[in-house]
Order: sequence, then C-alpha cells, then structure tokens
Amino acid sequence: MQVRVRSLETVLSEKGYIDPAALDAIVEAYETRIGPHNGAQIVARAWIDPQFRKTLLEDATGAVNAMGNVSPVGSHLIAIENTDATHNMVVCTLCSCYPWEVLGLPPTWYKSAPYRSRAVIEPRKVLSDFGVTLPESTEIRVWDSTAETRFMVVPARPAGTDGWSEEKLAALVTRDSMVGTGLVRDPEDVA
Amino acid sequence: MTNSIHDMGGMHGFGKVTLEADEPVFHEEWESRVYAMNRAMGPLRLWTIDQGRASQETLPPSLYVSATYYQRWLLGLERRVLEHNLAGADELEAGRSLRTNYKPNRIFAPEDANNLTRGNFTRDASAPPRFKAGDRVRTLNINPVSHTRLPRYARDKLGEIEAVRGCHVYPDSVTTGAGEDPQWVYTVVFSGRVLWGEDSDPSVKVSIEAFEPYLVPA
Repeated sequence: MQVRVRSLETVLSEKGYIDPAALDAIVEAYETRIGPHNGAQIVARAWIDPQFRKTLLEDATGAVNAMGNVSPVGSHLIAIENTDATHNMVVCTLCSCYPWEVLGLPPTWYKSAPYRSRAVIEPRKVLSDFGVTLPESTEIRVWDSTAETRFMVVPARPAGTDGWSEEKLAALVTRDSMVGTGLVRDPEDVA
Repeated sequence: MTNSIHDMGGMHGFGKVTLEADEPVFHEEWESRVYAMNRAMGPLRLWTIDQGRASQETLPPSLYVSATYYQRWLLGLERRVLEHNLAGADELEAGRSLRTNYKPNRIFAPEDANNLTRGNFTRDASAPPRFKAGDRVRTLNINPVSHTRLPRYARDKLGEIEAVRGCHVYPDSVTTGAGEDPQWVYTVVFSGRVLWGEDSDPSVKVSIEAFEPYLVPA
C-alpha cells in the first residue's frame, strides 16, 4: 500500500497537481489543531453562556465562528442538544460524513460497517457496545447524515459542576459524547 | 449504482462495533497521504464531493467491504485520476510522470491548510420550499442506477418534516451530468416502527436529510 500511495503522490506531484508540502500541512492540521478539543470548547461555552447556547442551536456555524478561539467552520454545521427526554446519536450510513471541523477526522468505528449498518436499526445495542445504557423511557434519536448538513451533539451538563470554569468543563466533554455514542466524563474524575 | 454495498443502514451480520482506546488520527503514514491528496485535489475542481463518493460506491461490492477506509479513498482517487486523464495507468505503474497532461490554474498551497473549512453547498432556489416543519411526507420508492442519497431503508416510508435546511446542490443530478440542479433539503424524521416494523424498539426515531425530489405530500 505504501508503495502504491507513494507512486500516486509522485505522479500527481510531478505533473504539478499537488504540492507535497501542502499535504504535510494538511496532515499536521488534523493531527494538531483540528480535533475534538474544538467541539469540547463549544459545548463548555454552551453550558455556561445561555445566549451562546441559543445561538449555537439556531446557527451553529455562525456561533462557532464568532467564538474566535476555535478553528473556523464552513457551512451547514448543526448542533443538537440532549435532554432528559431525548438522546441524540449521529451516523452516516452511506459513507462517513462527520463534522470534521469541530471533531476532527472520525475514528475507525464511525466509518466501520458494524456502526453504519446497526446505528439506525438497533441504536440501543450499539450504545451497549460503548458501555452506555439509557432508560427505556429516553427517546433515542438517530441522525443519518445523508446530505451536506453536519451534526454535533451537545450533551447535557452533569450535576456537581456549578461554578466550574469553561476550561474545566471542556475536560468533561469526550469525542463520543459529541457523536452521541458516549456520555460526558464523571465530574469526580476531573475535579 | 445506488443499491450497492455502501448503503448499509439496517444490514445484519457485520458484528459488534470495535473500539480502540487512544486511537491515532492516522494509523499509517500512507493513510495520511491518501487523505491529504484527496483534500489537495479539491481546488482543481475536477469533481464534486458526490462524484468522489460515487467513485467509491461503484467499486465491486466485495472489494468495498474488504478494503479499509483509506484503501477505498485511494482506489476512488486512482479511478478519478484515470477517468479525468490526469495520468495514465502506465504512469501510476511506473511511479513517475511520463508525459504532460494539463496544467491547473491553481493548486492547494501549504498556507491553504490554515483554513480547511468546508465548501458551501447552498445555491439560489428556483422556487420556495414545497414543505414546512410539521408536514407529513412520504419518501419515494426509487431505485436509480446512478448516485442517490436516499438510503434504501428510508424509501417509501411515511415521515414528518422537522426542519428546512436550505437549498443545496442536488447529488442525484450533479453525478449524472445534469448540473447542480439545486433542491431544498429537509430533515425528515421517521418512527423506528415505520422503518423496522411493529416489533422494533418503540423509543427509536431516525431522521435523514432528504432532498425535495425524494418526497411527496402524505
């Protein structure tokens, strides 16, 4: 695979279609700046700032870009909020659509056949693969990303975090909690 | 091809979801190069995101399921490079350029990686949206041999419009040479029982993002 990829890169680069230094820069961006730490900051801000939360749920792209301290997002980002009544979970059954700008590149499981096939038909069993069990009374809402809209889940703020700083709150927010396959960390593990 | 292996929603037999603790962004260096090449070819504007998807969906089904994620990205990119005559099979085999094809006006520069935001798929609408939040709709029973974003599990099903998301490039047209043909996009929500039968979990709801031509009033 390594040789085949290098061949393609050499050909495309010798023909002047790509600049290998640009490839380095793209890889570096996703290995450092663009990742779930961005999403965690957004969630933490929504937890402490009601006006931001409201804007985020109405226009996530605009709200995130107005923050200034996270990597910019393009179009069509939608934030969906978990409540006591509803748990949200995001999938792309047709390919691997994922909110790259706020969560980075998706983990292997998100792109795998087991997750893509089962999330829409037996989401509770999928959640149990992640060690998550929710009350039977909780509605499970699965969002299949079949167009260019991209979804991030805003998990509920856990109890016992009154007065916490935005930074400390962000440490509670896991990648999986923003995809809807996990829950936020236990505040006692972070305190 | 639409009714192919990539349309996985509701299939059985793939097993449990396997998790990996502290997973790296890329497991192998070549994966990072494949990803970055796909991104860097974007500004050449030779194909759209849906044409990219279509080149993976039309891989032989046995290859699609046995290849890893970034192998599929590589196979898709190689196909598009050959189809657009950007390079010959002999050159990919040789691992070097043997002739000149065309010169792009602009390529992805290293500093472009400072702003890796997505493109905007919104386009001017030729008519107001046909549906509004709360409307009952039925998805069409369509089986086009070309690319579509209406998954099989959500065809010919009763649902409800939850939100109007804007007027976007229509994947079904842009992949068949019919241009961008912008269409309204809606979040359409279905009860799990409509999709999976009366025996299924009553607490489940599933939504898709549906283009207007997929929907009729119900």
